[in-house]
Amino acid sequence: MESFDFIEMKVPAKPEYVGVVRLSISGIASRMGFSYEEIEDLKIAISEAMSNATTHAYDEKDDGEITIGFGLYANRLEIMVADRGGSFDLEEVKAEIGPYENKHSVEELREGGFGLFLIEALMDKVEIKNDYGVIVLMTKYLHENEVDINDDQISTTP
Amino acid sequence: MNLEIERLDNGETKILKVNGEVDVYTAPQLKEALVPLTKQEGAKVIVDLENVTYMDSTGLGVFIGALKSTKEYNSEMRLVSMHDRVRRLFEITGLDSIMNIDTTVRGGK
Repeated sequence: MESFDFIEMKVPAKPEYVGVVRLSISGIASRMGFSYEEIEDLKIAISEAMSNATTHAYDEKDDGEITIGFGLYANRLEIMVADRGGSFDLEEVKAEIGPYENKHSVEELREGGFGLFLIEALMDKVEIKNDYGVIVLMTKYLHENEVDINDDQISTTP
Repeated sequence: MNLEIERLDNGETKILKVNGEVDVYTAPQLKEALVPLTKQEGAKVIVDLENVTYMDSTGLGVFIGALKSTKEYNSEMRLVSMHDRVRRLFEITGLDSIMNIDTTVRGGK
């Protein structure tokens, strides 16, 4: 079986904790050897998933929790964001996502709805389960062949 | 993880200098500062994003709301000095084609 390290966090489903989780993923991804650009992508993706979760939990009740799981594999990072809040209409959400196209007028622009679109644009693989609450499962691969073998030595030199 | 917003008006031009991270927690603060400015008939608003170190779709949402408001009140909004990382979000979402984004590179910084 493929071995991996697993880290789990639980935070209150409140907007002020999204930044805290962003700091956590920054540390985890940096530890795994992701590039600066990739870490920035991961920060946005996890924040988008959490923003969705906080907004949901807010509608239902404000004492909910968000569970975040990080699976650290040799070649990839898997992130799970789960809220136990009420489920939403996934088809409706999917229908709303996508880039803005010039054919629409400014008045038609939606102020929300870019979240899932950005997650899909920034991660390598995204799955959303909508059975009990909402679970977003997203994966980003490490591009090891671009990493020089001496990187370890360089990074440990003060 | 926090956001600070400064007003640096220059004559008729309203300038908002945004410092910090724009996310689901801080976006309402940006909205509160920005949208009322765009509701002044004919106003020229500049949003300086040089010190914005992080932004996600919640920030895009605020700018979309403000843009709608400029159309309604015949005002203008220009986004200046944004980092490549932030600009990338506008490009991925296609919003760069409808927002007034200053593309000049800042010299010396």
